Amino acid sequence: MGPPSYDGEVATEPLQALLQHAFPDATELSVLDRTGGGDHFQVTVASPRFEGLPLIEQHKLVYDALAAPLADGSIHELRIKTKGQP
Amino acid sequence: MTLRNQISEIIESQPVALFMKGTPAFVACGNSQRALHALRSAGAPVTAVDVLPDPRFRQELSALSGWPTIPQVFVKGELVGGADIVEELAETGELERKLTKALGSDYRDGRDERVVELVAA
Repeated sequence: MGPPSYDGEVATEPLQALLQHAFPDATELSVLDRTGGGDHFQVTVASPRFEGLPLIEQHKLVYDALAAPLADGSIHELRIKTKGQP
Repeated sequence: MTLRNQISEIIESQPVALFMKGTPAFVACGNSQRALHALRSAGAPVTAVDVLPDPRFRQELSALSGWPTIPQVFVKGELVGGADIVEELAETGELERKLTKALGSDYRDGRDERVVELVAA
């Protein structure tokens, strides 16, 4: 048996876990490693919490959830897409 | 003037302030390019500020705005958001409505794109 295949999941899993913790009611939640380098991410979150909030407040909630990896530099670039009702 | 004061003066005095990596003539980051492109598509009178010359520029800006990433777009003193938000607002036409509301319906005629520089203390 060869080594287990590496598909970038290692890099996205901690972010996925942080987002799931912050948005337990999310109806959609995904983290994509855009470049395969483990530091450029596309995050998509759909949650009833975003309902009625301006985009800037929606994105701030995502930034808050990912404050630690943003601060320690493990996220080099982050693209965010938030949705209210799915 | 302190760095913090220079930054807030730009935010307060410029109709549209874009804090970016690089300058409009030499953009150094894809997200800064996306924000600039979205603003241009809406005809915004952009005042660009390069945060790259000194790491303190970014630190002070984020401390002031509460927004962790670059670019950051302000319209008449108010933080609108980063590249994703400005791009989304431009696509839906919301950016033009916002600019019209904040700056008046003739906001496109006012002025050309310009660049201002921060000076490290």
